[in-house]
Amino acid sequence: MTLHSTDFPQKMRDPDQPLLTVENLTKRYGARIGCADVSFDLYPGEVLGIVGESGSGKSTLLSCLAGHQRADLGRIAYDGRDVLAMSETDRRRLGRTDWAYVHQNPRDGLRMGVSAGGNVGERLMAVGARHYGQIRGKAVDWLGRVEIAADRVDDRPSSFSGGMQQRLQIARNLVTSPRLVFMDEPTGGLDVSVQARLLDLLRGLVRDMGLSVIIVTHDLAVVRLLAHRLMVMKSGRVVEQGLTDQVLDDPQHAYTQLLVSSVLQV
Amino acid sequence: MICIENLSKSFTLHNQGGAVIPVMGGASLTVSPGECVGLTGQSGAGKSTLMRMVYGNYLTAGGSLIVGGTDVATAEPREIIALRRHTLGYVSQFLRVVPRVPTLDVVAEPLLALGNPADEARDRAASLLKRLNIPERLWALSPTTFSGGEQQRVNIARGFAHAYPALLLDEPTASLDATNREVVLTLIEEAKVRGAAILGIFHDEGARSWVCDRLVDVTGFTPRAAA
Repeated sequence: MTLHSTDFPQKMRDPDQPLLTVENLTKRYGARIGCADVSFDLYPGEVLGIVGESGSGKSTLLSCLAGHQRADLGRIAYDGRDVLAMSETDRRRLGRTDWAYVHQNPRDGLRMGVSAGGNVGERLMAVGARHYGQIRGKAVDWLGRVEIAADRVDDRPSSFSGGMQQRLQIARNLVTSPRLVFMDEPTGGLDVSVQARLLDLLRGLVRDMGLSVIIVTHDLAVVRLLAHRLMVMKSGRVVEQGLTDQVLDDPQHAYTQLLVSSVLQV
Repeated sequence: MICIENLSKSFTLHNQGGAVIPVMGGASLTVSPGECVGLTGQSGAGKSTLMRMVYGNYLTAGGSLIVGGTDVATAEPREIIALRRHTLGYVSQFLRVVPRVPTLDVVAEPLLALGNPADEARDRAASLLKRLNIPERLWALSPTTFSGGEQQRVNIARGFAHAYPALLLDEPTASLDATNREVVLTLIEEAKVRGAAILGIFHDEGARSWVCDRLVDVTGFTPRAAA
């Protein structure tokens, strides 16, 4: 059996069917709530932003969605398949093919001792690619797309700047053409000028590849530019969700009003 | 094309003692294809509030707000996203863009989002920028460093890149010189001729009488007047 991403019926994409459906997802740490009763649909090509202060449960939610942590209650359906009922093997395969996860710290998503080209090529090999020339060609192509010069392909990511590392992590994640990308504060540790470039890159990729993205961040400016829809979390629960600019321009919940009015103007 | 009926709006300020401020009630108006309706009324009367409700930035408290068959008052976010992509354009007073993105791409973006080929989208963007007298040497630069008038023209070019059937224009000629003001008013006229329904705020009286077929005074939509 091959493990190539074309195993999944990509041609059957229906833009009017949710790609991901989450119902009443709950995760507790003993008596403490990680996240509770979270429900939403995500459609193909949609970017969903999740905002909230530290400890609001947004990262817990993301890791439960991506299968890094096991939810206690609720249901996750991806493309009509029950993710929580899947075998570990099937779920891992999904994580390698249809899904991608971009970590806040690129060191968590990259192999620091392997060359940039190797970091990207490794993902292709994990889904069955074996032809060295093709793997290298595709790796160089993807490094170009994230604006890493071809002459850096044999360098290790440890010699890259933070922004370059983050772009490399994105290339490594997107080379297998996933349909759903999870991002945890992808612009978090970056200078604002580098952030802008990354935002532009992500927007272009979402548009051109029709990606669905769930992005966790505390930066309201980032979600305004990137996310179509927004979910606001507090104490593990979703207190408000809607169209991004509606939630930011006309927030309904007391906490969202506080959050929006607390942003410093430049 | 745009049909507003008995629309109302209030703001609840949770962090200021839960004060409820009613800002609009009984707002009704229609804009037909090929028609331009100007909103009038003093500053603070609710012109921009109404525009933002039509665009879906502000939630409505009651009534209906139908744009091209979608009731913005009750639509799901994804329906509003689709409406904005295909049907409803908005030229706001402020340009909000990802920093460092070239002006040409900023203007071409609405066309790219609709799946148009990149070269066609850029050609259309270039012709609009040329018409609006943005020097070609600026096209590769981000508009964030441009003057107010230049930014406004970039915003207008972006708003007119796709032939939206419905358009919202918030002070499109506010900080423009006579030449560019005329270009913008001509663009609005052309949009009307192709059948666009336009709802706008124009403080410039000359502009108003040039392009508006009717005026609606939003003072009549303040809750006191409606009650």
